Amino acid sequence: MIAEFGRFLIAIALIASLVQCALGWVGARHNGAGMAAQAATRASLTALLALIGGFVALTVLFLQSDFSVAYVAANSHYDKPLLYKFAAVWGGHEGSMLLWCLLLAAVGFGLSRLGPRGDAGLRVRAVSVQGALQVLFLAFLAIASNPFDRLFPVPVQGADLNPILQDPALVIHPPMLYLGYVGLSAAFSLAAAGLIEGRGGQVLAAALRPWAVAAWVALTIGISLGAWWAYYELGWGGWWFWDPVENASFMPWLIATALIHSAIATEKAGAFPGWTAFLALVAFSLSALGAFLVRSGVLTSVHAFALDPERGLWILVILAIVAGGGLALFGLRASKLGAGKGFEPTSREAFIGANNLFLVVTAGVVLTGTLMPLIIDALGGRMISVGAPYFNLVATPFLALLLILIPLAPFLPWRHGGLRPVAISLTAALWLVPASMAGLFALFSGASVFAIVGAFVGAWAFAGAASDLWHSRALTGLAPRLAGAGRAVAHAGIGLVALGAAADSTGAPETARSLAVGETMVVDDTVLALSGISRSDGSNYLADEADITVSRRGNRIATLRPERRYYPVAEQNTREVAIRSSLGGDLYVSLGDPRPRENGELAYEVRASFNPMVWLLGLGAAFIALGGLLALSGQAAARRATP
Amino acid sequence: MIALLVALGLAVTPGPALSAIETAEAQAIMQQIRCVVCDGQSIADSDAALAQDMRVFVTSRVAAGQNAADIRAALAERYGDEVLLRPPMDWRTAPLWLAPLLLLIFGGGMLVLAARRRS
Repeated sequence: MIAEFGRFLIAIALIASLVQCALGWVGARHNGAGMAAQAATRASLTALLALIGGFVALTVLFLQSDFSVAYVAANSHYDKPLLYKFAAVWGGHEGSMLLWCLLLAAVGFGLSRLGPRGDAGLRVRAVSVQGALQVLFLAFLAIASNPFDRLFPVPVQGADLNPILQDPALVIHPPMLYLGYVGLSAAFSLAAAGLIEGRGGQVLAAALRPWAVAAWVALTIGISLGAWWAYYELGWGGWWFWDPVENASFMPWLIATALIHSAIATEKAGAFPGWTAFLALVAFSLSALGAFLVRSGVLTSVHAFALDPERGLWILVILAIVAGGGLALFGLRASKLGAGKGFEPTSREAFIGANNLFLVVTAGVVLTGTLMPLIIDALGGRMISVGAPYFNLVATPFLALLLILIPLAPFLPWRHGGLRPVAISLTAALWLVPASMAGLFALFSGASVFAIVGAFVGAWAFAGAASDLWHSRALTGLAPRLAGAGRAVAHAGIGLVALGAAADSTGAPETARSLAVGETMVVDDTVLALSGISRSDGSNYLADEADITVSRRGNRIATLRPERRYYPVAEQNTREVAIRSSLGGDLYVSLGDPRPRENGELAYEVRASFNPMVWLLGLGAAFIALGGLLALSGQAAARRATP
Repeated sequence: MIALLVALGLAVTPGPALSAIETAEAQAIMQQIRCVVCDGQSIADSDAALAQDMRVFVTSRVAAGQNAADIRAALAERYGDEVLLRPPMDWRTAPLWLAPLLLLIFGGGMLVLAARRRS
């Protein structure tokens, strides 16, 4: 009954979105005033409420473990902990599409409330375009991936959620990522609306920037949580693997970063009006591409696409409409945005232009590297793989260049070449001190070129951001202060991430030993002793827990308890690593499987490594997100200040 | 149950003992080789039995004094180009190496044009 009700709610949302799109279109013609525009707003609220209802219905089905619903049966189990029954609501394809649609509708309603004030025509047009996006994705949800489809015969027990996904970080990671992906749809709809309405580029940039910043903050948090999860859950000690799934979320982040900067240049100095709109269209198109690549299973193999041709075709059509439609509109109407103003090579626009160039080239590298194996496979050639060694070689140099530019730009004036050579070189010379110290430290500790360059540019960017913050003392008024602080904090965060990546890369490869109880192994100056093994089963898994005593120079400093788990329903093994964090870095220990020795005693495989200063990465990510939030509150303060 | 758990496991990589420099070299090679039976993991990270065989292969070749390029080529010969996480440079993979270059030139040109615009 609940499932049928959920189906009904999805249908309601689809119809409401159609109304929202059509009446919004009509309403925008009358400059956003009148009955039609009002009705479009009501329709967007209806769609949102219906989807919230649908989401609640699906959650209830999971809590009831109603395995007559195919999606619940495929992703849940009676014995699964309550938290993961919640998480499973968006853990699979159908549920995540429902969440996607819910967020799209939330953005639709949000646009009608928080969209550009004083320009009702643009606002209602954007609500209408958003309605069109909702119709596309809701039709896909209703027809080809309905989470409320029934299953017959009804299974007695569910198939359980993939064990490695049963983790607290992964409860919030996907919704955050989706909030970011779908948040970019607001920028898409505003850009499309601006092109249709023929608004100037400057108006448009000002209208879409807060949405882009908000979406970017969510993406930043989502990606960081994913990296953190990979670090402690996958058990390999790495945090970024240039894995296709990670790349799918990194591309929209890179383009959104470029978009925010370009929108600032357009808003403040009239440069790049067309480019800003173009990036807004591309950012959401890449979000949709990324989400679909991941959810459709295409990334594991092109053949997964063929397994479900109906769904595959839908995906291609939706992508073609969103990306193709957006770009076609851009091609036809870009002239309406007005010509950009010129600038001199040492103006701030020039540096923002270079920032955009390097970010877009990096995104291009990531896109080519992610799609090439799929294309070659689809064309039937000999398969290739594109992995971390390629991306580290081709993409990271551009990121290093970006880090060199980051701290300089805020000191340059708009439009005019105002490089006051003496003043700026004096300031920047100061940043060379920490940068060189970090670089030399890496050099003398025998680090790789990657780490030396990373330490140098990271410290350079961090020092530059610190002096940017120091100089923004002079600003008056709440909004400019928040904006200035946001910029400096986010830039400092980028520097910290570079420092963390450099430091982490200097860690020695992990040591793996086969230990029986009572035996020891040595990592750097630390002695690990396997003191015991005990059972510590959970409600849906069996587990062995190792008791590993850590000592240094004869002093016992910690006990680490890594686990190896076996999930019988999913028939999968996982490793729960144990980490001892300190200022110097993380001692990272994972427990493998036992092997009987010739004398009959059981020896467990223990892997351990010391990962230097991983905390810098987390701190950097927090700084970046905090910087975005500060900038966002600056914009809110500015909005409140203007009548 | 224990038997099943044991069967699913892996042991510490056996093989000839290497010096510290050789270990680092072998580790670097392993990170550039994809585990054929897993999704996008390198053989350095993988728990799979085949990855372990491949690690043993790399270790023994490093011990025999072979250089990294030859070891990679030998693995590609045996398992296909798919095992190379950094794909070889040939006409099929040309877009991987040319796309960034073209984007950079094209984008740089656009930027110069945008700067020169008078208004």
